[in-house]
Amino acid sequence: MTHLEVLESQSIYIIREAFSRIGRLAMLWSLGKDSNVMVWLARKAFFGRVPFPVLHVDTGRKFPEMYAFRERYAKEWGLDLVVAKCPPLEEIDPTLPPAARAAARKTAGLKAAIAARGYQGIFAGIRRDEEATRAKERVFSPRGEGSRWDFRDQPPEFWDQFMTAVRPGMHLRIHPLLHWSELDVWRYVKAQGIPVVDLYFARDGTRYRSLGDQDITHPIASDAATIDEIIAELEHTRIAERAGRAMDHEAEDAFERLRADGYM
Amino acid sequence: MHERRHEGASAGGLRELLRLVIVGHVDHGKSTLVGRLLYETGSLPDGKVEAVQEMCKRRGMPFEWAFVTDAFQAERDQLVTIDVSHIRLKTERRDYLLLDAPGHREFLKNMVTGAAASDAALLLVDAGEGVREQSRRHGFLLSLLGVKQVVVVVNKMDLVGYDSARFAALEAEMRAYLASVGITPLHVVPISARVGVNLTTPPQEMSWYRGPSLLAALEALEPAPRLGDLPLRLPVQDIYKFDERRIIAGRVESGRLSVGDTLLFSPSNKSAKVRSIEAWHAQAPVREVQAGQSVGITLEEPLFIERGEMISHAEKPPVETNVFRARLFWLGHIPLKEGGRYTLKLHTAAVPVEVQEIERVIDPSDLSAAKAEEVERHAVAEVVLRTRSLLALDPFSENPRTGRFVLIEDYLPVAGGIISMEGYPDQREQVTVRSTNVIVVPHRVSHAVRETRAGHRGGVLWFTGLSGAGKSTLAMEVEQRLFAKGFNSYVLDGDNVRRGLNSNLGFSADDRAENIRRVGEVAALFADAGFICITAFISPYQSDRERARRAAEGKFHEIYVCASLAVCERRDPKGLYRRARAGEIKDFTGVSAPYEPPAEPELTVDTSSRGVEECVAEIMAYVERVFPLDRRAK
Repeated sequence: MTHLEVLESQSIYIIREAFSRIGRLAMLWSLGKDSNVMVWLARKAFFGRVPFPVLHVDTGRKFPEMYAFRERYAKEWGLDLVVAKCPPLEEIDPTLPPAARAAARKTAGLKAAIAARGYQGIFAGIRRDEEATRAKERVFSPRGEGSRWDFRDQPPEFWDQFMTAVRPGMHLRIHPLLHWSELDVWRYVKAQGIPVVDLYFARDGTRYRSLGDQDITHPIASDAATIDEIIAELEHTRIAERAGRAMDHEAEDAFERLRADGYM
Repeated sequence: MHERRHEGASAGGLRELLRLVIVGHVDHGKSTLVGRLLYETGSLPDGKVEAVQEMCKRRGMPFEWAFVTDAFQAERDQLVTIDVSHIRLKTERRDYLLLDAPGHREFLKNMVTGAAASDAALLLVDAGEGVREQSRRHGFLLSLLGVKQVVVVVNKMDLVGYDSARFAALEAEMRAYLASVGITPLHVVPISARVGVNLTTPPQEMSWYRGPSLLAALEALEPAPRLGDLPLRLPVQDIYKFDERRIIAGRVESGRLSVGDTLLFSPSNKSAKVRSIEAWHAQAPVREVQAGQSVGITLEEPLFIERGEMISHAEKPPVETNVFRARLFWLGHIPLKEGGRYTLKLHTAAVPVEVQEIERVIDPSDLSAAKAEEVERHAVAEVVLRTRSLLALDPFSENPRTGRFVLIEDYLPVAGGIISMEGYPDQREQVTVRSTNVIVVPHRVSHAVRETRAGHRGGVLWFTGLSGAGKSTLAMEVEQRLFAKGFNSYVLDGDNVRRGLNSNLGFSADDRAENIRRVGEVAALFADAGFICITAFISPYQSDRERARRAAEGKFHEIYVCASLAVCERRDPKGLYRRARAGEIKDFTGVSAPYEPPAEPELTVDTSSRGVEECVAEIMAYVERVFPLDRRAK
């Protein structure tokens, strides 16, 4: 088996475990490269179909290209698309730094969707190599009341025996891509021919390496206009992937606070 | 500080990934080593070192390498790693996933989480502090978790003046300890992580050292082998019926599977041929799959099977049993107890399990073992586990993937363990009906007619107990008295049966199980014929006796002939205990093989405190009560 086949097989195993054990599931579809790969892996796991809803937590501030992508592929892939709206900024904790506060709208939208639809499991396409608190995540991560992540006392997880049941009132976050790297994702996108939003490809010397809300996501200087060029760029870069995401950098623990409160 | 960078290999995506866990006692420098290694190999993103400098300045402390991986504010504030971190490191040979495990005792569950997923381990020991509690415990756990490649790293050599004698003493101590848990370290490497000595280049400070630098030792490690050469094991994960296809989904844990293979499903013992291997978006039809692949297959004929069944080929099937020995590490806050009930997760099966016995608790510091009623948090113990239904599994020594399990209590994983079948039989032979063209022919003489003529119902009195407890003596006496009273009675005795019916069987666990199976069936026939059949066999395993009970359907009476091991050994009527103690008899019940006392026998007679006459009277009273005799019969 190649490295990508090993990653793919492990992700399929995780997705099937969740589907087998957890009643009400939804898969987060942020329209970024990672969540496209995740939806693709679900189709692989279930032989072409995604047997649970895909959930887009929509801040209303995404790039137009992302909305166009959503409409096209929801139809083409036969997805059961659920769009969850986010509350206005005024309703969000004002003690958070500005970008983190904007990002926290997404958490609030997700929590409302979980409460309204009674989801017991949410697939999220986060990866350990993206960011230091994500590096400490479990594949099946229990969340308490209000989606709290108790990162100081996570359950042990070994031998692929995942925690697939939780106390009433809690839910599980399932992370099928946790063990992938940014390079793995791009190599898999290329190998499988998975469509991605054009914003990842350089135009006029810049491209987006990570996609979020328009106002708090910044492009990087790059000439990588094809997948091969992106892969070549990533093999040599010394810039962190989320360098362009403002909310990660406002305070030492800004992202930790966001994630403890239920951010993906 | 100099800078070194490595390029990705040109064959994009084909670089090998090795998962490496860093373990050892708290404060022996694991996170510092990881931070420093990342820096030395040029694996840190730009700005990370500056960010860490900033964090340290804010706290008014010198530069702390551990802050590179200690992501949580609480970890940095308390200078302790709480949870395992996954960090990537690139070298010339390949990529590494470093799992920085916490060394503090309280976070052992997180160390296990990291170590269980690793190909190899670095076990760190502080040159100044020496070998400590968690150094040993982590070493022991590595062996339980199946991590075979270990490099011992003696850190903080700068604090002992790079003293070769100190190093030699620690090396000898660690090698001796690890040898006793079955691990041979590949290298023992002296370093100073903080100063950066002997990480990537030979150390000028330690000219006496002849071995590899730490990086060279890492580059010599190999990824854990895939299990393609072991017999096929494919636990059923799920069944999909999205369309007309009925797809069995699962991951091949070992071996290979091809279209057209005849598969055996355990424990249901059904079998069927593979019609197809299903795949979506595959370049070409898939004809064969192997260990590591998540697959979907369809069968030639529809079978009703469920998650938790194990697929194999017929020639090398897994063990079927509802009882096994295990060595486990306990992570629960509430101690493990004898009689405790948990959920057992074994490959894709999840069933209730009971702790039948805690055989011994092992102290990781000196590997001494002691009998105990409870297993405390973080201890390692050897236990016997029993489930109600049959499981398909393998001993860990034969298949690491299907020979390990997790126990769940109140939603949380509380233990991990590895399976041994030592002393317990494979029950497959006993539950398999080999001939399939069997049609039951009804008798023309009914039970009622038989009972009327005999004056009593037929039944089985199953005597069980240790060798020397008095089973044969009591059985022969009861047979005679029943006969004298007008009952049809007959004894099946261990030694007698072995001269004829079971003369082809020995004393291995499997043969003992078969011996008891046959006796159970014959006793059931006697009972059916209207006899009171008395059996006198040690019959040490509860599962065997349960099977005999099922064979005799409602006519089975388990009589526990109870005497302590000490009493039986003193009596030793056949001189067997003496020979067993001398090592002349292997697997002797009570000495070198287990005896499982009946959980709920119909009658218990205690022969250590009562004489033969008293015991016989007790049994006779019981028999006459449950088998009332009609004296007008015949």
